[in-house]
Parts: sequence; C-alpha cells; structure tokens
Amino acid sequence: MIGLLAPDSGTVEVEGEDFWAASLSRRDEMRRRFGMSFQEGALFDSMSVGENIAFALKRHTRMTPAEVRERVAECLALVRLDGIEGKRPSELSGGMRRRVGFARAIALKPEILLFDEPTTGLDPITTDALARVMIRLRDRLNPTMVTITHDLKVAFAVAERVALLDAGKIQADLPPSEFEASDDPRVAAFVRGDGSEDAGPARREEVRE
Amino acid sequence: MALLEAFGRLALVALEFHGRCVALLGLTIRGLFRRPFDGRAIATQVVRVGVEGLPVVLLTAVFTGAVLALQTYTGFQRFHAEAWVGSVVSLSMLRELAPVLTGLMVAGRSGSAMAAEIGSMRVTEQIDALVALATDPVQYLFVPRILAGIIVLPMLVVLANAFGVMGGYLVAVRLLGANPVVYMENSFQFLDLNDLWSGLIKAAAFGLLITLIGCQQGFDTRGGAEGVGRSTTAAVVLGSLAILVSDFFLTKVLF
Repeated sequence: MIGLLAPDSGTVEVEGEDFWAASLSRRDEMRRRFGMSFQEGALFDSMSVGENIAFALKRHTRMTPAEVRERVAECLALVRLDGIEGKRPSELSGGMRRRVGFARAIALKPEILLFDEPTTGLDPITTDALARVMIRLRDRLNPTMVTITHDLKVAFAVAERVALLDAGKIQADLPPSEFEASDDPRVAAFVRGDGSEDAGPARREEVRE
Repeated sequence: MALLEAFGRLALVALEFHGRCVALLGLTIRGLFRRPFDGRAIATQVVRVGVEGLPVVLLTAVFTGAVLALQTYTGFQRFHAEAWVGSVVSLSMLRELAPVLTGLMVAGRSGSAMAAEIGSMRVTEQIDALVALATDPVQYLFVPRILAGIIVLPMLVVLANAFGVMGGYLVAVRLLGANPVVYMENSFQFLDLNDLWSGLIKAAAFGLLITLIGCQQGFDTRGGAEGVGRSTTAAVVLGSLAILVSDFFLTKVLF
C-alpha cells in the first residue's frame, strides 16, 4: 500500500490519487502521510531508539533539535516507553522493539497508519499490551488504521471493520461482532480455528476506518 | 545440451548483474543531486573505508615493495642489472601494484562489509522501512558509500605508493647492500608524473566498482541469513574480478 511492491494489476489510490501514476517525489510526499509498522519492528540497528524515531523528523521537517527531541519523547510516551531514547534496538525485547516501531511510524503525525503483523511471535501478555497501545494510538491520534494480522483477539479488540483476505480476494468485510457470528464457511472456519476444511483461509485482514 | 543450458543461464545472470549495476549507478547519480545532501554520512564512510583500512593497506604495500625488490634483485643479478631494482619497484608500485592490491584489500574489507550491512538491512525489512519513511534507499545507502570509495581509494594509493617504495628501499639497501643514494636516484629517475596519475585514476575507478558492487549485492540480497552470506561472498569475488578485468582495460587506455 505504500509502494514497496508494484501491483500486478489494478491501481492503488491514496485519497483518490493514483499512487503508481505519480512521480517519484510525489510518491514520497504521499508516503509522508503514512506511518508503517513492520513485523519485527525493522528498526535501524545502526542508530539509537531516539535516532530511529527522529529519522523522518530530521529528513522531512525543519524542526530544531530541541523540537525533535520533544517530539521523540512524546511519541515514546504514547507507546508507554518513556526515557529509552539512548538505548540500542538490540537491547530491547521483541515487544518493546515493535512499540518503538509504532513510535517511529507516528513521528510525522500520519493520517494513515499501517500495521504489518504487529503481534506475530509474541506471548499473549505482550500481545495484549501491544493491542492496548494500538487502541491508545487510535483514540489519541485518530488516524485511519489498517492492520494485517492473523490474531483474532487483536483484530476484534482494535478494529471497527474486519475483512478476510484469502486467495488474493477480500472474502468478507464486516464489523467485528458480525464477523464473529458470520456463517460464511470460510469466516466461520477461521473464527473457530478449524484447519480441517480445504477452504481454510491463509490470512486475515482487519480494517478500521 | 545441459552444458549449453548452463552457459545460457550464466550469461543471463551476468547480464542481469551488469544491468542492475548500471541501473543502480544511475539511481545513485540521481540521488547525488537530490536533497538532502548528507555530508556526515560520507565522512563516516570515509573513516570506515579509509582510516580503518589504512593499516592493512600499508602493510600490504610495504611487503609488496619488499618482495618485489627481493625478486627483481635475484633476477637482475643474473645479467648484472642490480642497479635498476629501484626503478622496477617504483614503476610497478605506482602504475600497477599499489592501485590493484589496495583495491583488492578494500574489496575484501569494505566491499564485503557494505554487502553484509545492506544485506542485513534488506532481510530485516530496514530497507522497506526507509521507503516507508519516504527516504530513497539508494540515495541514503549508496551515495555516501560510493562517494567515499571514489575519494578514499586514490588517497590510500598515494600512501601505498610511498610505503611500497620504502619497503623496496629497506630490502635493497639494508638486506642486499645496495647503495642508498644510487638506489633512491634510480627509483625516481625514470618516474613520470603520468605514472602517478594513471595509478590514481585507476584507484578512483576501483573505488567506484568496489563500493557499487558491494552496495548492489547487499541491496539485492534475498533469502535471510544465508542470502546475506552469499551476497558478501559475491561482493568480494565480483569486486576483485571487476578490479582485475578493468585494470587491464584501464591500463590499455591510460598507456
């Protein structure tokens, strides 16, 4: 969605503007309105936590160093990791790394936040903590959030709309409660966690407006 | 049939590699002229490639000069031309050995390091994260490294020249009993400023090739930790080959 891969067919539009038809610099301008969090955090390990979050601020804004520092602290506070600016990504736990990834994604105050598998490979408690941070970001910053996850608890906790993506198509797109109660065999199999049916969906996508 | 197929596949891989290098070089040149210009990143790379590589390069140069003096001495002695050892050492160091051996050492040290670093960034999605943060990864990663390579290699070669000539001098004068004054005079008598320049131009070209290939291999890494290992190896092998092949053509052009 932010143009890491070009679509084989069809178009990607950002608020009505065709992303792939745009010039390179226009694409970067569009990307600045997005914040993206990656599966394992994808923090720059040559930099400290603070430098990671400040990266986009230093490159794309004219903020003074003091303003940058203040904004970095603000972002870290939002993900409940105050005061770890000086740490290296390698010193952090998996859950913390992802929260720093969230903080980096929100540094430029994006209108659209993307989460790619935010809780994969984490224990249930850390997963719950991360879901709470996501809800907090949703309520404080009020962005459009798109999360790709196969963790139903996270999806139901965070989302206003839940969609099921299977075989390259969106198979269902419902509010969480209806999604949970859906009698579409594919959706129901996913909700039950039933792998016996051959129509077993590979992945779930959850969308929040 | 199988042989032909293997040959065809090899040709495809080679073509793809060259295409990627040219394409990425184009993106790098474009990145060079787009804001922001990151002077500090260039300085960091200059330190990494140049300052930290200095001991290895100088040691290589001293011993190359030394062994060259030793070998030419035993050879030249057979027709009583010992006096010309100094000329041979300085000419071959400046024109050929200092740039090529420095290039090979830097390819082993820094080309590999660049491939490994950028390759790990690729497999841990850090390059995707750069794109997501509206940063051109080629500009951010390639420009400082390639510029540093082009700047630093000639500098290293100037020092390697001096140390190589010194290595030859030490062996000839201290070990083989050559006359120091005559040796020094003969070292510089036939040297032309062009000899120095041709070596430095070669060095700059090698700097470009080593860093471009190192960055390209890292950037196009696929397949996790194993892929990073493969890219690192390829960066050294292809970098070294590029030096040796381009050295021939550059020498031909630069006389």
